[in-house]
Amino acid sequence: MSDATQHGAGQPATRSLHHLDARTKRRNASEKRFKALGIGAIGIGLAFLVILLVTIVSNGATAFQQTFVEVPVYLDAAKLDKKGNRDPEDLKKATTFTYKPLIEKALLDAVEKSGATTDLAKAKDMKNLISASAASQVRDAVLADPSLIGTTVDFKILASSRVDSYLKGRVHRDEIAKDKNITVAQLDLVDQLRDAGIIHKGFNWAFIFGADASDSRAEQAGIGISMLGSFYMMLVVLVLALPIGVAASIYLEEFAPKNRFTDLIEVNISNLAAVPSIVFGILGLAVFIQFAHLPQSAPLVGGLVLTLMTLPTIIISTRAALKAVPPSIRDAALGVGASKMQSVFHHVLPLAMPGILTGTIIGLAQALGETAPLLLIGMVGYIATNSPDGFLDGFVSPNSAMPAQIYEWAKRADPAFYERAWGGIIILLIFLLGMNIIAIILRRKFERRW
Amino acid sequence: MEDMSLTERAVTTDDIKITARNVQVHYGDTHAIKDVDVDILDKTVTAFIGPSGCGKSTFLRCLNRMNDTIDICRVEGDIKLDGEDIYDKRVDPVQLRAKVGMVFQKPNPFPKSIYDNVAYGPKIHGLTKNKAELDQVVEDSLRKAALWNEVKDRLHAPGTGLSGGQQQRLCIARAVATSPEVLLMDEPCSALDPIATAQVEELIDELRANFSVVIVTHSMQQAARVSQKTAFFHLGNLVEYDDTDKIFTNPSDSRTESYITGRIG
Repeated sequence: MSDATQHGAGQPATRSLHHLDARTKRRNASEKRFKALGIGAIGIGLAFLVILLVTIVSNGATAFQQTFVEVPVYLDAAKLDKKGNRDPEDLKKATTFTYKPLIEKALLDAVEKSGATTDLAKAKDMKNLISASAASQVRDAVLADPSLIGTTVDFKILASSRVDSYLKGRVHRDEIAKDKNITVAQLDLVDQLRDAGIIHKGFNWAFIFGADASDSRAEQAGIGISMLGSFYMMLVVLVLALPIGVAASIYLEEFAPKNRFTDLIEVNISNLAAVPSIVFGILGLAVFIQFAHLPQSAPLVGGLVLTLMTLPTIIISTRAALKAVPPSIRDAALGVGASKMQSVFHHVLPLAMPGILTGTIIGLAQALGETAPLLLIGMVGYIATNSPDGFLDGFVSPNSAMPAQIYEWAKRADPAFYERAWGGIIILLIFLLGMNIIAIILRRKFERRW
Repeated sequence: MEDMSLTERAVTTDDIKITARNVQVHYGDTHAIKDVDVDILDKTVTAFIGPSGCGKSTFLRCLNRMNDTIDICRVEGDIKLDGEDIYDKRVDPVQLRAKVGMVFQKPNPFPKSIYDNVAYGPKIHGLTKNKAELDQVVEDSLRKAALWNEVKDRLHAPGTGLSGGQQQRLCIARAVATSPEVLLMDEPCSALDPIATAQVEELIDELRANFSVVIVTHSMQQAARVSQKTAFFHLGNLVEYDDTDKIFTNPSDSRTESYITGRIG
């Protein structure tokens, strides 16, 4: 080839390598622009992530702290056990209304003893400082051990949600004029009691392990029971979706003939993965509850609905993992006389395992964060029960799930619920993070080169 | 054809192992193999040569029904192993493949230990009764594949950690471990360097003592070196099938001559 003639007449025969020509400059400039755009895009993404995390943590961190009141309560025998025989049946007749004045009186005594200066001189004035749950807490202690009656016992009781929110800076003095739940005088007293060590903050275990609570005692609400609901649902999803999904993918990928019917199935699986989750919810309502008469609000039904929702994800990722196994491995197995099934189970499946497990865990994580379908099968709302009676009962006893619980709290007015909604998001994110870490570890563990 | 020493050994047998008559293969609408008739002898190395896409690999894969795994592939005609039709309805391809082993173009050891690679075939076919027998089979197979001395100290190291040539010999060991009667080799040296190629070629010649070996190759020198019989394929037809000496020195078809002298390909 005579290249001199090909370059055209206008160009010099030789060009210096030390001098960039216009075309190279343009090319370099466009590459630089593209890199800058890429970095910009990543920067924006990271900025949003940081904003998101900061917002979640700053709003939710306070949910892990709770204000308690330490107060010695004199358990007056004259009021709690009028007959004086300590008969448990008789003790049960004393309701929380009997206990309430005792606690309020005890707190008033403690206030006087601490030397706090306040105009509040009646036991009734203490009512707004302590949680409505305090009376049942004390009553439960007495019923468990009737010998406490007549003695003075130190109790660590929950402060009311207004006091808690005030100490966390969520309730301000100038905002409480119309709030019938607390007065400025009471807030002044709270400040002094905090200095005296009677009111103090502690770690909020009840938030992590406790049950939801009604509006009248928001400070008691916890996410523990709905966590249990989520756990049961994940168990159902894992037990159903993993084997069904993997079996379906192996059949479709390795055994099924390629024809119009399997093409149709394939297209439909892809479509199912894109169906809005609320559609699965209404399907679950129609099929599992109205037709099959499974109990409402049960984690079993929630798990079934989420299984339907997760199956396409698992099938798609499993098929991708199976496809990624080099065909030479299948040839090798068939070449030494392995049957189709032996080649799949001895060679292809172990190699596809990391991909399958990753897909499954991502599917589970997706299911864990799903709220919409749960709304339709009644897994949202105030769950009054505590832990289910035994392992199996947990599948059918009414429960909620973590995201549904968060949604429920976000709807309610009390500031204690507001911070709990954010706190719940933190716990949910920790779970998702944990699942992703497990996925990464499993992938590393099973990853083999070929 | 610099080294003809191997081919100077006389063909040791005239027993016919595989008979193919009137074989047609269709891939969808493509007629890939047309009217192939061939007799493959026992204890002989038979080479299939021809330009890319001429159907030699396709025909090879018909001999142990590996084409069954391709949905659109259709095989017609008679292929008989020891007088039995291998495409008979009663034949289970799994049993056939235990008798007709295969080594592939790219070394494809399982991502398992060297030992497990070789032991896999005997295990799934139940050829051994106990661990001691299995150990013996593994050792014998690795010896036959001229790999024993290199790997005997690391049988439990991954097979994928070996060099390319060692991997291919491991695949040969894996194929001979099931005691096949025929060994099919689809361009077994195309991914190997000259030294590894020489080792594998030597091995093929040794394997001839026990097996009928059919090898597909792109290298005419290799065909000349290792085989006693050569079949030349062109555009799906079997153009010429004869003693290797004759094909390379005095071909009867002009297309064969053109190919071995490098004018078509």
